[in-house]
Amino acid sequence: MRLAGFFVFAVAVILLPILFPDDYFVTVVGIAAGLHVILAVGLNLLMGYAGQISLGHAAFFGMGGYASAILTTRFDWPGWLALLAGLLVAGTIAWLLARPILRLRGHYLAMATLGFGIIIHVVMVQATEWTGGPDGLGGIPPLNLLGWTVDSDQQWYWVIAAAMLLIIWLSLNIVDSRIGRALRAVRGSELAAQMIGIDTARTKTQVFVVSALFAAFAGSLFAHQQAFVSPDSFSLMISVELVTMVVLGGMASTFGAACGAIALTLLHEGLVVFEDYEMIIHGGLLMAVMIFLPQGLFVGLTQGVQRLWMLISSRRNAKACQAEVNTHAL
Amino acid sequence: MLEQIFQFLVAGITVGSIYALVGLGFALIYNASDVVNFAQGEFVMLGAMTAIALLGAGLPLALAAIAATLLTALTGLLLERCAIEPAHGASVVTTIIITIGAAIFLRGVASLLWGKNSLPLPAFSGNEPINLGGATLLPQSLWVLGGTVLLVGLTRAFLNRTLLGKALLACSFNPAAAQLVGINVKVMLRLAYGLSAGLGAIAGILAAPITFSSYEAGIMLGLKGFSAAIVGGIGNPMGAVAGGLLLGILEALGAGLISSGYKDAIAFVFVLMVLFFEPTGLFGHKVAERV
Repeated sequence: MRLAGFFVFAVAVILLPILFPDDYFVTVVGIAAGLHVILAVGLNLLMGYAGQISLGHAAFFGMGGYASAILTTRFDWPGWLALLAGLLVAGTIAWLLARPILRLRGHYLAMATLGFGIIIHVVMVQATEWTGGPDGLGGIPPLNLLGWTVDSDQQWYWVIAAAMLLIIWLSLNIVDSRIGRALRAVRGSELAAQMIGIDTARTKTQVFVVSALFAAFAGSLFAHQQAFVSPDSFSLMISVELVTMVVLGGMASTFGAACGAIALTLLHEGLVVFEDYEMIIHGGLLMAVMIFLPQGLFVGLTQGVQRLWMLISSRRNAKACQAEVNTHAL
Repeated sequence: MLEQIFQFLVAGITVGSIYALVGLGFALIYNASDVVNFAQGEFVMLGAMTAIALLGAGLPLALAAIAATLLTALTGLLLERCAIEPAHGASVVTTIIITIGAAIFLRGVASLLWGKNSLPLPAFSGNEPINLGGATLLPQSLWVLGGTVLLVGLTRAFLNRTLLGKALLACSFNPAAAQLVGINVKVMLRLAYGLSAGLGAIAGILAAPITFSSYEAGIMLGLKGFSAAIVGGIGNPMGAVAGGLLLGILEALGAGLISSGYKDAIAFVFVLMVLFFEPTGLFGHKVAERV
């Protein structure tokens, strides 16, 4: 029952390419959406559940991407080993950074994560001999999994879909575990959480590392899928977009974050025609959602439906009671 | 070598003055409402771009600058009225995202109106470099420095000497109490946004002949201004000015002596260090955390 939503989502993800084979929106947009879901679900653990804003999450995405790109093209490492190395790098940096950075709150935390993201971005642009500089790094070989080479759009769809479902399943389980409850306590009140014996610094470190790992994982897949990485894919704007996905869907809801990621990906795809208006719509949307539906589209809608349902069922109950009273009166 | 360092210092103080003005704008809004306005850099960009456009339409420079400042101040006021006021009482994360949304929105409007190219504004009094003990100085730098000194002095006098300024400060200390003694907190907030946008616009206009301007010029300027405010201790206007100057000098020295490509990274590493070791800022008051 707890994972019912997960199974519905999984069935939809599996059915899509079967119902619409070779459809551009499924295989091309679907891959982008899947990667965004992984990133948003990871960021949501940090932002939604633990209440810690990060405006530099693209940095971890980039670390995964560049680790895979550099190790496979310059050192001929196999893809899976490069992916693990990317996870190790991002995880270690997140772990080292977590304690000093997560001691900060609110605006200070926003500034610190933002600064971190910019520093990493500058390194990507400037360390030309390693990263290829602003022109990026191409020629990344296709991913090879146990002898199976992933190189067509359809194959990528299945790999990304599997990765995405794994991440969602992990996230649902983390949220429902002891750590997940500790996270929500931290968001509610850090002092109160400490009073009931939660090591808040440790809990925040753990969630920061986990969300960095998710992002680096997505980064490695992204690098192989695109066969090319450049600093543009990991800029400040990307960090802001990731935050948009989380708040658009609804904070503190794994499916909310997933829906936000899919919605924003589709929106970008749809807005290609209105390229000049893209920023206006993006910015306007961000403001409107935060002002009118601060709990997010997905969470706001499900709460609305729930309330409507309760209203209808209470009316029905009232009617049934009335009918019963009437028959007794007769 | 010494001459070179002197040259870097001059460049750093010029850039730092601009950061100082942007940081001052941050501090004004933060003081009045505890909101950090991530669209502050966009005010700087709007001021410069509007002035360039009005100049292009045939207005004399002085008139174009004044009109651009007023128009930007009006934009700031509208932003407060239409986006910040309706979200009254929202969490810090929510207000941060609203102002980020506003920044992207304003950037979009600017790119639609004026395209995506970098545009220059002519220097106010020529481009003949002034020789200053081995270092050269553009006349526009003097305009920037003079403008900064004047504006900082005016803002300081406004906050400390006038009834209106004191009312603005009262709103930051305790909005409910301010309301009780008859201060219209809503109007004060709009005033703070208007003033801060105007300050940003003037900074943008002063800097445009040196740095040029484009629809995305506000991103880095805004972030550096925010950094200046944080280094100086957020909510302390004069701290923001000192923070801006410090950041500008550090950046120019870093660019000159280490690597110009890494100058932004150097600035932000410094900001991170300040946040890690002295989170209330170098010139801020130690504030006890409220539970």
